Amino acid sequence: MHAGQVYLFLVALFFALAAGLVGCFALMKRMLLAGDVISHLALPGLAIAFLLNWNPLAGGAVTLFLGTLLIWQLQKKTGLATDATIGVVFATALAAGAVITPREDLVDALFGGLPQVSLAGCLLGLFAALFIMGALFRLKERLALEIFSPELAAVTGVNVGRVNLWFLLLFSLTVLAGLRFMGALLASALIILPAAAARQWTGKLSHFLALSSAISVLSVVGGFLLNAFALHLPTVAPLIVLLAALFFAASLFARRG
Amino acid sequence: MAPGESILSVHNLTIAFGRHTILENVSFEAQAGDCLAVIGPNGAGKTLLLKALLHLIPCRGEIRWAPGTRIGYVPQKVAADRQLPLRLQDFLDAKIAFQKLPPADLNRVASAVGLAPEILDAGIGLLSGGQFQKALIAFALLGEPNALLFDEPTASLDELAEENIYELLHSLQRDRGMTVILVSHDISVVYRYASRVLCLSKGTPCMGAPREILTPAMLQDLYGTPPRFYRHHPAERG
Repeated sequence: MHAGQVYLFLVALFFALAAGLVGCFALMKRMLLAGDVISHLALPGLAIAFLLNWNPLAGGAVTLFLGTLLIWQLQKKTGLATDATIGVVFATALAAGAVITPREDLVDALFGGLPQVSLAGCLLGLFAALFIMGALFRLKERLALEIFSPELAAVTGVNVGRVNLWFLLLFSLTVLAGLRFMGALLASALIILPAAAARQWTGKLSHFLALSSAISVLSVVGGFLLNAFALHLPTVAPLIVLLAALFFAASLFARRG
Repeated sequence: MAPGESILSVHNLTIAFGRHTILENVSFEAQAGDCLAVIGPNGAGKTLLLKALLHLIPCRGEIRWAPGTRIGYVPQKVAADRQLPLRLQDFLDAKIAFQKLPPADLNRVASAVGLAPEILDAGIGLLSGGQFQKALIAFALLGEPNALLFDEPTASLDELAEENIYELLHSLQRDRGMTVILVSHDISVVYRYASRVLCLSKGTPCMGAPREILTPAMLQDLYGTPPRFYRHHPAERG
């Protein structure tokens, strides 16, 4: 196996671990689908990067984080709910991305690919995943309180606005970490599906977090093996199909606590 | 804080949203160990008053809590998603971890409010109305508050559960010397447990002992209908 493929596999594993955790909180905050849309904020950045021959990830990162900040500000200024503000910014980003992206790069931007990853890229991905996991570990009590009741969280001393911003940024960073190989359309699949499947099996927070991460990691391993030995496709779509099958199987035998 | 010392001082509190003024120039004080009941018709601003005292909403005027005051709050209702994958213990543990409280506090408050250990292990969505209310009180009691703010704590409970909750509140106030600020529609409860009453209405707010405030004429003026309540025998106040 080529070193670049090993690095890609390593990044995918760590990304899966972080995505599984982020997904749990996104599910509890009822922003899984809204979060899915966030990934599309990277499109105009990817497009500009393709046009100018820059690193697509850097371009995606810039518009993703600018879009996230814009959503947070709109939420504060307009009093609209998160999903409404995400909807507004998403539509704008998607349209801008579709207009600017060169036609031949559009499929790559939307569905990702399985690129060779350099050692530096691998280390950067690992660092991002570890940062996301560490930040979530520090924030988990604050997030649980905020999710249960923003009012009670505020009375307890939690800075609710700041926790929400942190979570949006961590969500965006997770999407960004998966953008290169997952693509803008599928980047949030590893955030959504493992958490949704894990929720079918447990009602206890610690079990929920552990199970979601485990499902996410197993699906990456399974998806890569499937692709390496059978399908040989240049995208991660088999991984997502595997995850979706797992979710439907879990929902058939659900025993929620 | 010694009983009788001022724990809360509110001066010229005004709450307004746009051109709509809810409360205007409300001033009052609460002493340590008081049970202050806030009464008034729907829309008088009782809940908003509590939220202003907790700095949850913008307002004008001065709200001064005595240094060292630790506040616990039990809201009227929590719009929490009952499908959340959280057990009651996860929820209480989150506050213990965030405020760095001793882990033993969990069992202490649970037994104080009468929550059995197996209830702690139950999912939030599986709790009955009374258990959920007790859980909110247990949450408020973590961190040993010396002031408790209750917003109609028994609004969704049956009579027996309601009686239990008020007895619990009363024993907390009596045994721990807590200051309690209680919003209630139930005049007989107010008469039974409150040491002072603040009534909010469209006119000037008034404050005094229950016997002075809860007169039939005053209640008719406040609610616009003849009052229906019964007076407990003084010995019942425990």
